[in-house]
Order: sequence, then C-alpha cells, then structure tokens
Amino acid sequence: MAAVMEARACATAEPIVSVRGLTKTYANGFSALKGIDLDIRRGEIFALLGPNGAGKTTLISIICGIVNASSGSVVADGFDNVREFRGARARIGLVPQELHTDAFETVWATCNFSRGLFGFKPNPAHVEQVLKDLSLWDKRNDKIMTLSGGMKRRVLIAKALAHEPSILFLDEPTAGVDVELRHDMWNVVRRLRERGVTIILTTHYIEEAEEMADRVGVILKGEIILVEDKATLMQKLGKRELNLHLCERLESVPEMLADLKLELDAAGTLLIYRFDALSESTGISELLNRLAAQGIGFRDLRTSESTLEEIFVSLVRERA
Amino acid sequence: MNWLAIAAIYKFEMSRWFRTIGQSVASPVLSTSLYFIVFGAAIGARMGAIDGVAYGAFIIPGLMMLSILNESIGNASFGIYFPKWSGTIFEILSAPVSWGEMLLGYVGAATTKSMLLGALILVTARVFVPYEIAHPFWMLCFLLLTAASFSLFGFLIGIWADSWEKLQTIPMLVITPLTFLGGAFYSIDMLPSPWRELTFFNPVVYLISGFRWSFYGVSDVQIEISLAAILGFLTACILTARWMILSGYRLKR
Ligand SMILES: Nc1ncnc2c1ncn2[C@@H]1O[C@H](COP(=O)(O)OP(=O)(O)O)[C@@H](O)[C@H]1O
Ligand SMILES: [Mg+2]
Repeated sequence: MAAVMEARACATAEPIVSVRGLTKTYANGFSALKGIDLDIRRGEIFALLGPNGAGKTTLISIICGIVNASSGSVVADGFDNVREFRGARARIGLVPQELHTDAFETVWATCNFSRGLFGFKPNPAHVEQVLKDLSLWDKRNDKIMTLSGGMKRRVLIAKALAHEPSILFLDEPTAGVDVELRHDMWNVVRRLRERGVTIILTTHYIEEAEEMADRVGVILKGEIILVEDKATLMQKLGKRELNLHLCERLESVPEMLADLKLELDAAGTLLIYRFDALSESTGISELLNRLAAQGIGFRDLRTSESTLEEIFVSLVRERA
Repeated sequence: MNWLAIAAIYKFEMSRWFRTIGQSVASPVLSTSLYFIVFGAAIGARMGAIDGVAYGAFIIPGLMMLSILNESIGNASFGIYFPKWSGTIFEILSAPVSWGEMLLGYVGAATTKSMLLGALILVTARVFVPYEIAHPFWMLCFLLLTAASFSLFGFLIGIWADSWEKLQTIPMLVITPLTFLGGAFYSIDMLPSPWRELTFFNPVVYLISGFRWSFYGVSDVQIEISLAAILGFLTACILTARWMILSGYRLKR
C-alpha cells in the first residue's frame, strides 16, 4: 500500500531530470541525437535501453556536461545544466562506460579528490563506507594502475559515490564485468535507491533492464522510441518462439491442435509455437502432451528469444 | 566559489610533481649549473662587465627566466593534456567547477612549481657567482607574473594540442629561440641594427629586462613597459583560457 502511494507521489512530482528537444550533431556531421524529450522521475531507476551506437553515451554525456548539445535543454533538479551548471552538476554523479582512471593515484586519494572536486568537505567515514560497500577497502592504498579492469570499474563507481550524488548515471555498468561485481553493484544500487537517489543506467541487455529498472526507455538511432513502465514493456518484449523439428512431414496443422496458435513452415517439417515467456502458463506442456497424444514425434526442440534488434524493429513497426 | 575543488586540483597537480621530485628538480638545476660553469665561469671570466654588472651575475636573471618559462609551459601543458589524453578529464568537465576555478587549480599549481624552481636556481647560482638583489619585492612580482602568465600559456597549449608531438613542438620551436634571443646572455644594446629594433617584438625581452632590473637596477627597456607587457600577456592568456573552457574548445566534443 505504501509502495503504491509512493509510486503515485513519484508519478505526479516534478521530474528530477528533464530533457527537451535535445539534438547532437558531431563535428563530422553525424547526427547522434535527433530531438530527445525525456523526463526522469525522482527516486526511480530508469534504464536507457538501446543497441550499440544508439546514442546512449552521447545523451548521458550531454546531461553531465562532457559533450556540448547542438540544441535543446537539460534541467537537473531545477537547474539548467548550462546556465546553472554548478547547481546541476553538484547533484550528478557519473560512472562512464570507459575505464578512465588515473594510474598513479591510490584508490583512497582518487575518491577524496572526487569529493573535493564536487565541493564536498572531507568525510573519511563516508568514503570508507563507500569503499567497503564496493569491496575496495583492502585496496585503498593500492595505486589504481595495479588493479584489474573489474576493480577499476569499482573505483569509478566509488569516485561517483564519494560526492554523494542525488542523481547517478551508470553508463553500461555491467559491460565486461564479472558476476561478483554485478552482484555487488546491484546491491549498492538498491541501497542508493532506498535512500532516494535517482539512478539512470544504460544497457543493451534486456535482462539488465528487466532485473533492475522501474521504467525503461528505448533509444534507437538517436531517437527515444518509447518509455514504459518495466512491467508493460516486458510483456511486449517477452514473446518467444518454440520451434519443433518434426520427424515426419505434415501437410497442415492437425485439426486437434487448431486451437493453439501454431504455424507450419513451407516444408512442413517445422512447427512454430509463439508464447509469452512472462505469463503464468506458457502452454508448452499442454502442447507437448497433445503432440504425444497425436503421435507426432519431433527430433529437436528449441526456443528462440527475439533478439533486441528484432524487438526494436517490431517496436518501430508498431509505432509507424 | 568552489574552493574545495580548487584545492583538490591543486593538490593533485602538486602530488604529481612531488612523485617525480628528483626528475622535476634535478634536470633544471643541472642545466642551469652547466650554464653557470660554461657561460659564467669559463667564458664570463674573459668578458667585461655589462652595464657595470659582472657577466656571471648578469646572466642569472636571464637563466632563471629561461628555466621558468620552460618549466611553466611544460608543467601546465602536461597537466591538462594528460587527462585529456587519458580520458580522466571527464570528471573535471562534469564537476561543478567554473573556468576560473579550473585555472586557479591547474595554473596555480604550475605557478607554484615554477616559483619553487626559481628559488632553487637562485640558491644554485649562489654557489657559482656572488650577486645581490636590488628590488626584492619587484623581483618576486616579476617572478610571480612570469610564472603565472607562462603557466597559463602552457595550459592553453595543453588544451590546444591534440597529439604529443604538438605538445612538445611549441616549447621547442617557439619558446627556446625567443628566450635565447631575449637577452638572457647579452644586453640588447650589444646587438647591431636592425636586430636591436627587431628584438623589441620579442615579448621575452621585456620579461628578462624587467627581471634584471629588479636584480641590478639596470634594464634594456623601461620598467613600466616591461610590467605592462607582462600584464597584457597575462590578460590575453586569461581571456583565451576563459573562451576555451566555456566553449569546450578541444575539451568537449
Ligand atoms: N566524437 C564523435 N564523433 C563522431 N561520431 C561520434 C562521436 N562519438 C560518437 N559518435 C557516434 O554517435 C553514435 C552514438 O554513439 P554513442 O552515444 O556512443 O552510442 P551508444 O552509447 O548508444 O553505444 C555512434 O554512431 C557513434 O559512432
Ligand atoms: Mg555507449
């Protein structure tokens, strides 16, 4: 009940990040963003989902002040990110996609540097907690260059958290990351959210969006093609296919199976069943039982997920 | 004013320098010592006094300027070029730091290093030649203004450079000739016409002349002109840096 009310409160509140008419044309003439409008709600976890090259990093970089927009505006927590950059940026933390870290600094020094840079007074207890949460405490006196890639990613997260952002951007946080770090990271993210931090992450894995996000925005070729609550979107995205390679050719789908949504390929040896992986019952066992009863044998059985590309294509079609 | 950010950048830059303190200090001290041995002791012994100042002492201000110019430019250009090259600049760009604060942090640190180096050279010079400083206050002013304006200039080069080659060519191709022809080793009066007149287009002449005046009370150029030239250069650099940072020139895509 409380959760529902909270969700309502979120939905009606002012967005914490508001992007309007944002475009970006790079120096080489490439148009990476084509008029983005996006509102992020206070306290939510928002996943920006899109294939490589869609413009996720460009969008995040503009919001954070690393890339100049060609046109449009960004307001973060009431501050325009150009005219009132101080107010906007003091609230934003960024964990970039690439492992851009200093080499010779220690973990401890680099976190305190970040804190100072964002105008926060030293607070060793806070930095200590952040390092402990990310299993970096033992490494605090190590130079960053001696750390593995996964550890460097942790350091980047620690640097962002060292300055207590109320809006946190994670750009492809789990790309090339081991299971352990994924696990630690999601724990940290959940805890941040409980404290009211708004989190925006980009990913090209549907599973990741599914696992973490409250809402998902899909970006494709520089355009946001839809923004939905996760549950709604996952239903759209949850369509799967079951392919049955038959032992013997069929002329047509048997009468007895006509009520199931089945399709037979042209050769008559492949039976295709479409189902919703997220629904309570997929109907697969029912189908298999009835095939057995009919004496229809199959050599092989496979389920295929729609790839992200296919889903994007279908979403675009749906929209058109 | 985000003083904590200025302090963070300043500390970062200083600790970078102290990490390689041996290298940072040894090479300029060694090269100035060599200059003193060769020009001051060996050649200077056969040279007459210039404007009533013994040759060994005469070259001290010029040599200090030479080192300070090189170190200021080298240090400050590397300080901003390196994070640009490695990508860590993203954090500076995303932080609530204004152009002025960025300058104070980076250029302030480079200026400090140059001032420390200047002091070190002054001490080293003492080993080779006796000298006195006529106007210590103005000596400090000139030192500070030169270190600051050329650190700023180096900062601009660091932003402008998009390759390691470019980062190194400017100091080599522009600054070294200008300092050598700037009157470090001779008085401008010693040059024949038209070289003497041409020299007045070299900004370094004003620096060295003013600096030498603060030591020995004699100068090639009027001291007010020297001061105005440095202040003008400083202002031009500040305005350029402001424009570069605000527009994101070669910092933001
Ligand atoms: N500096 C740049 N100059 C020109 N094109 C760029 C630049 N940076 C990115 N792009 C292009 O913009 C598009 C979007 O890139 P990006 O925002 O990194 O996508 P994503 O993060 O979704 O993978 C890509 O096609 C990429 O090639
Ligand atoms: Mg990206």
